[in-house]
Amino acid sequence: MLAYIVRRSLYAIPILIGVNLLTFWLFFVVNSPDDMARMQLGMKHVTPEAIERWKADHGYDKPLLYNAEAGGAGKFTDTIFFDKSVSLFVFDFGTADDGRDIGYDIRQRMWPSLMLAIPVFLIGLLVNITFALLMAFFRATYVDYMGVVLCVILMSISALFYIIGGQYLISKLMHLVPISGYDGGLSAFKFLILPVVIGIISGIGAGSRWYRTIFLEEVNKDYVRTARAKGLPERVVLFRHVLKNAMIPILTGVVVTIPMLFMGSLITESFFGIPGLGSYTIDAIRAQDFGIVRAMVFLGSVLYILGLLLTDLSYTLVDPRVRLS
Amino acid sequence: MTRHWKPLALLAALGLGLWWAPVKIVLLWTDALVFLLVGVLVAFVLYVRGKPHLRAPWGQVIRRPLAAASLVVLSAYVVVGLLDSVHFRERLAPQAGTAVDQDFYAVEVLSLLDLLTTPLRTRLEKSYSAPLAAHLYSKETVTLEDGSTTRLYPRLQYGGAHLDDPASERSADIAQRSLSALLLGLLAWATLVALWIAWLARRHRHGFRDELQAILRGQADLPWRSIFATLGVLILFIAFALKLGLAYHLLGTDKVGNDVLYLSLKSIRTGLVIGTLTTLIMLPFAVLLGIMAGYFRGWVDDVIQYIYTTLSSIPGVLLIAAAILSVQVYIANNPELFETVVERADLRLLFLCMILGITSWTGLCRLLRGETLKLREMEYIQAAQAFGVGHFKIISRHILPNVMHIVLISVVLDFSALVLAEAVLSYVGVGVDPSMVSWGNMINSARLEMAREPVVWWSLIAAFCFMFLLVLAANLFSDAVRDAFDPRTGRG
Repeated sequence: MLAYIVRRSLYAIPILIGVNLLTFWLFFVVNSPDDMARMQLGMKHVTPEAIERWKADHGYDKPLLYNAEAGGAGKFTDTIFFDKSVSLFVFDFGTADDGRDIGYDIRQRMWPSLMLAIPVFLIGLLVNITFALLMAFFRATYVDYMGVVLCVILMSISALFYIIGGQYLISKLMHLVPISGYDGGLSAFKFLILPVVIGIISGIGAGSRWYRTIFLEEVNKDYVRTARAKGLPERVVLFRHVLKNAMIPILTGVVVTIPMLFMGSLITESFFGIPGLGSYTIDAIRAQDFGIVRAMVFLGSVLYILGLLLTDLSYTLVDPRVRLS
Repeated sequence: MTRHWKPLALLAALGLGLWWAPVKIVLLWTDALVFLLVGVLVAFVLYVRGKPHLRAPWGQVIRRPLAAASLVVLSAYVVVGLLDSVHFRERLAPQAGTAVDQDFYAVEVLSLLDLLTTPLRTRLEKSYSAPLAAHLYSKETVTLEDGSTTRLYPRLQYGGAHLDDPASERSADIAQRSLSALLLGLLAWATLVALWIAWLARRHRHGFRDELQAILRGQADLPWRSIFATLGVLILFIAFALKLGLAYHLLGTDKVGNDVLYLSLKSIRTGLVIGTLTTLIMLPFAVLLGIMAGYFRGWVDDVIQYIYTTLSSIPGVLLIAAAILSVQVYIANNPELFETVVERADLRLLFLCMILGITSWTGLCRLLRGETLKLREMEYIQAAQAFGVGHFKIISRHILPNVMHIVLISVVLDFSALVLAEAVLSYVGVGVDPSMVSWGNMINSARLEMAREPVVWWSLIAAFCFMFLLVLAANLFSDAVRDAFDPRTGRG
């Protein structure tokens, strides 16, 4: 088990190197630091001196990969690649364009993101599985059919519409909760309740339909027929047998997303003014702050790989047949 | 070959017409790819028609009433999108003092759709106005004839301009026009349906009445009831657009006075291009790499798995943002490459499709790898290998046809997700070019107006409705395709 975890973690290293090379290529080779400087300073009437100054201020004035002027190990360490990309491996994210420490900001903004993402994830999972079980219980009847059509309709509505419609209806017309904003402590509740509800509703369509397919696939298997032949009522068959066995395909899809909860949800946070990592990312993209975008790309990849590892481990917990080797 | 002369002649006539018309054809990158896609689709349809085992599942798709209705809606969208994909620049009238043999063309790139909707496109108001309004949305200071100034809602330049006194005449006028639109639409629909049924009756060698009864009872070969009902709704919408949209602004106007109906129609092409071209671009990679990984195994498999794990471990939005930012820098630094604004926006759209393709091929690739791993152990493939059939031939003759259902299902499922993604990406600021009309850009600019009192709701609702209808139709259609082609559902 431990050996497996270690081996999988080692396997993550080449992937993270790949991610790093790709982002490095996108940010420094496709557009050179000169282009970035010109863009940040405004396109017109930029003097070469201003560009040099901007590059020096932000640490972009070194060679990309190989520094011939430096001596010894400095040939490789005194470069942009080493400064900006290799340092990510020790989670040293550097500073943003406005001089703030990216690592500190991420640690601060992680909590509001989690406050929003965890309830959406847990309650959403519960709601979706309940709906899916109901549809599977009434399979091949009008209840099931209408349920599927409702799911398709729900998933055809843009996430933006749920947010804008919810904000307009609940906050603006009914004045139940503030439109946007955030506060620490218990008062966060009134700011979070609406985004959480909207997050759950917007996920119902796709989620329940997916779980329904999983349940229906299980329902047609032999052990279910055996259970029914024993004379078990449909209720017991569904909840005790099908639900347990459906856990494996459900886990495949769900566990991998758990670490990603840290990343926050991009549009919900930004619409509701929640100072989490999602709105941090969007602000960085809008301000074209390459340092933050690079940090978030790296963090996202690490969390994704962590998710894959957790998925494998969770199999051993729910399915005794699976042995990791 | 004689039966093929008609379309060829039509094409030749079209080509000649375009050559003689006082225009300069502009072939944008995405236009070229759209027409390539149409060509591929036509070839695919012709191929399927000749194979009974491929026709059967498609017949099953089209016999589902919901899928047939969705297909009608999708076709309407595709027609609008294709009309909007033929671009040209009008030749300007020769000016005095210039050489006669030299032609000058307008800077503005138009499409056939622009030409058809000229009345919508050119009737610009000053600013917001509600649907079917005769007055602007906000008050303005106006100088009266006697020199005094007052604040009032100014009349629109075009919307309801035929009315003398909107306050008293407008509702009656709208009611009368709606009624005539309803009658006109129903008449047009009844004529079309009657002709269609007559044609069906002749083809099936039935009487008209027998055919009609079969259709009404739902016993005909196709679910004509739902097809005709959907057509009816479409025709009614067109009739309303003709009767009301030309006298008023049927869906209101936006901040700079553009007709929202026109913007919604223009957005269709953007949505369709993103939904389809992305798939077209990513498909060769996903299919080739997925099958190669599963078929050759060993180090090929390792390399391909490494590539797709790396790519899929980067959060999609961030990769898109990073790439679009790079493209922005490139475009900003090379302005001389683009003759018109439209060409610049088009290049960005193409890049967006490519990047969306790069982030979305990994799922399909993984599925294909798994399926190929299973297939290559099958006896018929082992037999082919034992006979010394080459790798290329085994892949193209034995493996590719047997994984096509996975490709097809994932293509139709991806489409709606991509259309929805466009809106979100435009909100983040890494979507299509701000100068390009798209539902995402419409929502993005309208969202800021939700705080106003009274609310400016129309462009938001219009964008949502057009997008919702397309995505819903695509989802319903892809459901039917999946049910028909997925062997796991046990019906295909």
